[in-house]
Amino acid sequence: MDNQNTLLNEVSSRDYRFGFVTDIETDFIPKGLSEEVVRIISAKKEEPDFMLEFRLKAYRKWLTMKMPDWAQLKIPEIDYQEIIYYAAPRQQPKYESLDEVDPELLSTFAKLGIPLEEQKMLAGVAVDAVMDSVSVKTTFKENLAELGIIFCSFSEAVKHHPDLVQKYLGMVVPPNDNFFAALNCAVFSDGSFVYIPKGVRCPMELSTYFRINARNTGQFERTLIIADNDSYVSYLEGCTAPMRDENQLHAAVVEIIAMDRAEVKYSTVQNWYPGNKEGVGGIYNFVTKRGLCKGEFSKIYWNQVETGSAITWKYPSCILAGDNSVAEFNSVALTNNYQQADTGTKMIHLGKNTKSTIVSKGISAGHSSNSYRGLVRVAAKAENARNYSQCDSLLLGDHCGAHTFPYIEVGNPNSVVEHEATTSKIGEDQIFYCNQRGISTQDAIGMIVNGYAREVINKLPMEFAVEAQKLLQISLEGSVG
Amino acid sequence: MLIIKDLHACVEGKEILRGINLTINAGEVHAIMGPNGSGKSTLANVLAGNTNYEVTKGEVSFNGKDLLGMSADVRAKEGLFLSFQYPVEIPGVSMLNFLKTAVNESRKYRQVKELTAGDFLKLMREKKEMVQIDSQLTNRSVNEGFSGGEKKKNEIFQMAMLEPKLAILDETDSGLDIDALRIVANGVNLLKKPENATIVVTHYQRLLDYIVPDFVHVLYKGQIVKSAGKELVLELEEKGYDWIKKELGE
Repeated sequence: MDNQNTLLNEVSSRDYRFGFVTDIETDFIPKGLSEEVVRIISAKKEEPDFMLEFRLKAYRKWLTMKMPDWAQLKIPEIDYQEIIYYAAPRQQPKYESLDEVDPELLSTFAKLGIPLEEQKMLAGVAVDAVMDSVSVKTTFKENLAELGIIFCSFSEAVKHHPDLVQKYLGMVVPPNDNFFAALNCAVFSDGSFVYIPKGVRCPMELSTYFRINARNTGQFERTLIIADNDSYVSYLEGCTAPMRDENQLHAAVVEIIAMDRAEVKYSTVQNWYPGNKEGVGGIYNFVTKRGLCKGEFSKIYWNQVETGSAITWKYPSCILAGDNSVAEFNSVALTNNYQQADTGTKMIHLGKNTKSTIVSKGISAGHSSNSYRGLVRVAAKAENARNYSQCDSLLLGDHCGAHTFPYIEVGNPNSVVEHEATTSKIGEDQIFYCNQRGISTQDAIGMIVNGYAREVINKLPMEFAVEAQKLLQISLEGSVG
Repeated sequence: MLIIKDLHACVEGKEILRGINLTINAGEVHAIMGPNGSGKSTLANVLAGNTNYEVTKGEVSFNGKDLLGMSADVRAKEGLFLSFQYPVEIPGVSMLNFLKTAVNESRKYRQVKELTAGDFLKLMREKKEMVQIDSQLTNRSVNEGFSGGEKKKNEIFQMAMLEPKLAILDETDSGLDIDALRIVANGVNLLKKPENATIVVTHYQRLLDYIVPDFVHVLYKGQIVKSAGKELVLELEEKGYDWIKKELGE
C-alpha cells in the first residue's frame, strides 16, 4: 500500500494547462453590489423595464437570504462587496467576419483549442462563445434561423425576443430559489438563449464555451433553453479558465423547459481552474441547473463531466411534471489535490408514469473531498413513478474522502425507487497489470479511471467524449508518478 | 539474456527468495518447479517489477541492462512478459484499447512507428487465429467476466501481440481443462523463436508434456536446489517433492 500511496501522492503535480491571461482592455464597473450596481448593469445592457424589475426583485430577495451551509464543503467567507459584477471586452463585438475580431481574442480561443471558425461547421457544431460576459461572436445563426431555431446570447434574446424571455425567464429557477440563484438573477451579465420551435430537430450540437478572464470579476451566466412540442436539441457547455491566485466566484443559472414530447440533452465538461496543488486559488462554482419536463412524454438528460473548480456546489435537477416524462442525470465528478465537490441531482416526480435515472461516478484523489447529494421525491399523484439511482465512488490514495447523501421521499405507493451505491479503491494489482504490459502508471490510472467512468462518458456526444477522456487523464496527471 | 545473481527478496518483511542464481540464454525454455510456498511466484513477480516485493540483495541483468533498476513498465517495454497466475479485471477498459495502448507504447519505446488502427486490427486477427482465442473476448473489458480458462488464453493472446523476448508463465496451467491447456501450450510453442526465451513456472508436470523444457530447476525455500534436463520432470512426478527434501537431508 505504501508504494501505491507514494505513487498516488506524486501524481498530483501537473500544472493547469489552460492558465494564461489574455490582455484585452476590459470595461469595469466599480466593485461591490448595491441596487445602484444592478441598475447600472441593466442600463449598460440597454434592457427593457421587465428585466430591471426582475433583477431588482431578485436583489431585494437576495439581501434577505443566507449562503447555504448544508453542503459537505468548507467555503471560505466571501465578501460580496469585493467582487466586480460587470466586465465586458471594450471592443464591441459586431463583426461580419472573423477578420474583424481582435486577434488577441482569437488566439485565446486557439490556445484553448476552440475552433470558433469553419472547423466547427465541418464538425457540425455552431458556437456561441462567451468571454467575460458579452458574447463575442455568434456563428451559424443564419443556418439555424432558417429552421426557426433561435440560438444567441442572452442579451440579444432580451433585445430581439423579449416576449419569450419574459415568459420563460425564472420559470424553472425563480429568483427566490436559493442564495446563489437570487444573486445570479440580480446581476447576470450574459449567457445563452435557445429556442427550438415545434416539430424541429436541431440538426447540430449547439455549444457554448465560457471563460472567465478579467481579474476579480464574478461570472454570472444565464442560460435558458426552451424546446417546444416535438422538438429535439443537444446542447454542449464546456469551460476552461485562466490561472488565478484569488478565488473567483461563479454562480450560473441554467433553465431548461421541455414541452410535449420534446427532448433536450444538456452536456457539460467543466474544467474551471481548480487551484494549485496546495489548494490556493481556483474557482468557486455555485451553480443552479434545473430542467422542467413540462409536457407529456418530454425528456431531459443532464450529462456532466466535472473536473475543475476549487469548490463545486452543483445539482442539475429535473422536475418531471408532464405525464410519462423521462429524466436522466449522468455524472462524473473528479476531485484532486484540495478540491471540494458537493454535487448530485434532484428528481422531482409530479406526473404519472414518470421515470428518472441517476448515474453518478465520483473520483477522488489527493486531499480532495467528493460528495454525492441526491434527492428523489415522488409526489402523491405521481402514479407508477420510477427511479433508479447508482452512485459509485472511486478513491485514489488514502487522503481523500467520498460521501454519499441520498434523500428519498416517496409519497405514492405505486412507485418504485431503487438506490445502489459502491465505493472502491483503484487497485494496485490493476496498475501493476497495466505496467506489466508496458503501460506507465500515469497512463494506467487514466485508463482505469476512464473505464470506471465509461458508462457516463458514452452518453456524451462523440466530440465531447474524446475531450472528456483527455480531461480525466490530465486532471489526474501528477497524482501518480 | 537473463542473468540472476544471488537474488534475495522479501514480502512484508519476510524473506522469500534467499539467493537465486540462474542464467537463461536465447532460445531456451526453462521450467521452474517446486512445492507450494517455495518462492516460484515471488521470483516471477520480482522479475516483472511488482513493487509489493522488495529486493534486498542481488543483481539481475536482462540483455546486458540492469533489470532491477527499471520500473515495471520499462521492463515490459524491454521485452519481459509475465503471464499472470491471476489475471486482473479492469472494468470498462476494452481489450482493444488496452492492447493497442500496450503495443504502441512498446513501439514508441523502441522508436518504431506506432501501428495505425487498421494495421493493429489486422495484427490482432492474425494473433487471435494463432492462439485460437474466441474473437468475442477482445470486444469485452479486460478480463471482466472471463472464465478461468479464458483469462489464461487471454494472457497467451497478449503475449502473442506483444512478442516478448522473455516470457514468464506463472502457473499458466492452473485452472485449465485439458483442451484449454493444449491450446495455451500450443500458442506458447508457436511463439517460440531462436532469439526468445521462456520461463515456465509450474507445480505440476502436466504443462511440461506440451511445452518441453530444456532445463528444469527445483526451487525450495527460496533457493534453486536442483537443476537438470527435462528428465527431472518425470523423476519429480514419480518421486514427489519429498524426494528433494530427503536429498537435502530434511
